[in-house]
Amino acid sequence: MSDTLVKIQNLKTYFPVKKSIFSRKLFVKAVDDVTMDVPTGSTFAVVGESGSGKTTLARSILRLIEPTSGQVFFDGTEVLKLGGKDLLEIRRKMQIVFQDPYNSLHPRKLIKNIIGEGMKIHFKISETEIRQKIGEVLQEVGLRDEHMFRYPHEFSGGQRQRIAFARAIVLKPKFIVLDEPTSALDVSVQAMVLKMLKEIRVQEKLTYMFITHNLSLVDYIADRVAVMYVGEVVEMGEKNTVFTHPSHPYTDLLMASNPIPDPKFQREKRLLKGEIPSSINPPSGCRFHNRCPYADQRCTDEAPELRERSPGHFVRCHYPL
Amino acid sequence: MELRGKLLDVSGLKVSFYTYRGVIKALDGVEMWMDSGERLGVVGETGCGKSVTSLAVMRLIEQPGEIQAGRVIFNGKSLLELPEEGMNRVRGGEMSMIFQEPRSALNPVMKVGFQIGEAIAKAKKISIKKTYPEAKEMLRLVGLDPDRVLNSYPHELSGGMSQRVMIGMGLATHPKLLIADEPTSALDVTIQAQILELLDELARKMGNAVLLITHDMGVVAEFCDKVMVMYAGHSVEYASTVRLFEKPMHPYTGGLLLAVPRVGRTDELKAIKGTVPDLVDPPPGCRFHPRCPHVMELCRTSKPPLIQVEPGHYVACYLYGDKKEVREDV
Repeated sequence: MSDTLVKIQNLKTYFPVKKSIFSRKLFVKAVDDVTMDVPTGSTFAVVGESGSGKTTLARSILRLIEPTSGQVFFDGTEVLKLGGKDLLEIRRKMQIVFQDPYNSLHPRKLIKNIIGEGMKIHFKISETEIRQKIGEVLQEVGLRDEHMFRYPHEFSGGQRQRIAFARAIVLKPKFIVLDEPTSALDVSVQAMVLKMLKEIRVQEKLTYMFITHNLSLVDYIADRVAVMYVGEVVEMGEKNTVFTHPSHPYTDLLMASNPIPDPKFQREKRLLKGEIPSSINPPSGCRFHNRCPYADQRCTDEAPELRERSPGHFVRCHYPL
Repeated sequence: MELRGKLLDVSGLKVSFYTYRGVIKALDGVEMWMDSGERLGVVGETGCGKSVTSLAVMRLIEQPGEIQAGRVIFNGKSLLELPEEGMNRVRGGEMSMIFQEPRSALNPVMKVGFQIGEAIAKAKKISIKKTYPEAKEMLRLVGLDPDRVLNSYPHELSGGMSQRVMIGMGLATHPKLLIADEPTSALDVTIQAQILELLDELARKMGNAVLLITHDMGVVAEFCDKVMVMYAGHSVEYASTVRLFEKPMHPYTGGLLLAVPRVGRTDELKAIKGTVPDLVDPPPGCRFHPRCPHVMELCRTSKPPLIQVEPGHYVACYLYGDKKEVREDV
């Protein structure tokens, strides 16, 4: 097995928008030329504000949305060229847990059918074996066997997210995308779910892509982090490097905006001005230049490349901090 | 009768909702108080009653809900005893409120200028047209371009801008108290920081108190002077923000703080065992007792009153029962 489980190269996902039949064709460039490597057996966090393209990126990797161009390699296989049986097999290996556990579970199916459906498609095993596996996986995520005969509405948000996670891991995947898995949960419940996710990742030797807007979670759960802004990765590296020495002004200001639960913590007030621009018509040059406190003419004219600043630490900025 | 807060003093507030599942005892003797110009944070998890408390203070509880008991003294007036017209003058006058989802709180078919002007017109008894200079001034204060926004419809504004409009609307009548119910929960962190900064700046300028309802301990730490922690319809702990984070006394507050992730924290998060109780059939005594690591026999049968155990630090927990009881539960 190689060190990189998922390799993404120049991935682009554009959505056409129709203004009128006469106007030229416009696109929402939700994911624009993203390149990243997700190392095997790690948690890779993707951070960004709403509209930064983090969810579209995840769905494009899994081909839940067909990307416009680019390549995705999973364990050496090119995912975007697959079809039929091969695609089915790769789909088993790449799972996703969605943000809202109130919408991601079918309200009229029993838990055993929700969790068991994937097994019926992917494994040729008997009903009793399926039943047994469901029991096991429910215990693994901290629920009980008998819960399989209930409906989703009988569970709390945290329990539902455990069920959604059980549905993902029961297929023995290698890679799981967690799309804001705890943002609909209360903090005390969130703590339990995060703990479970961490433990199971080690136990089952999984690789996670953890999508979130909450920087505080990243420090707890991730090994590597990519920060996205208007469809592009602006900074990427080891979590410790990025958090202790943020090099892109956006990362720096994003961290300064994140509230710290410590009233004695005095920080200089540094606000990020303005709002995230539209990805239909992103600013010229560096997409961050109109909000950046350090921007000059070069930033307006010339788009910076994602450059390796120190080994494994990438920054898209002409004047990294 | 002595009041603990000069601006607002809520005591023994009980609110129930009559549903087909049974009676939801949403608030069971809530206590809360604040002085003029103060920022009080009300924190708690989903279902703890923090929003219901603010609605009850505004007397906006609708059927099937009902305020059953309690006392709300605001600015010298007993709100629960006021006639409806009197209450109408308080709402949007001396006390106003902003909500979590700014876009659904604004009327989608009315221009922004009209919506801000309406509040001023009601308070001053003038026509809405005459309020436009003042509405413009308010928009400028909240950091928007008045000429552009005054004639915009809410769908033309972003989430952050809508929340600015809401704040402008809330403060247009120079209220003594602004209730902000999760004002930044629907916004991105960078916009959240902008909005909190704006609330802070305006409160300094206009001298209004802010009652901030939130589930985010980070927001409380940054914005509030005092904190009231709520759990399942009870007020469980009250202290200054610095004090509460430094020395939480109630086992729930302690647990909550240990569960909060933050940048720079990589140790294991500690979760509170169990789940929030169903308020149709809440546990007797202290509502936290089934999840409490220090539960005693007494906790199962009797509700601990909110008592002052150290100057300015109030806790509703029998672990601190030997201290002098300042106040009996209503």
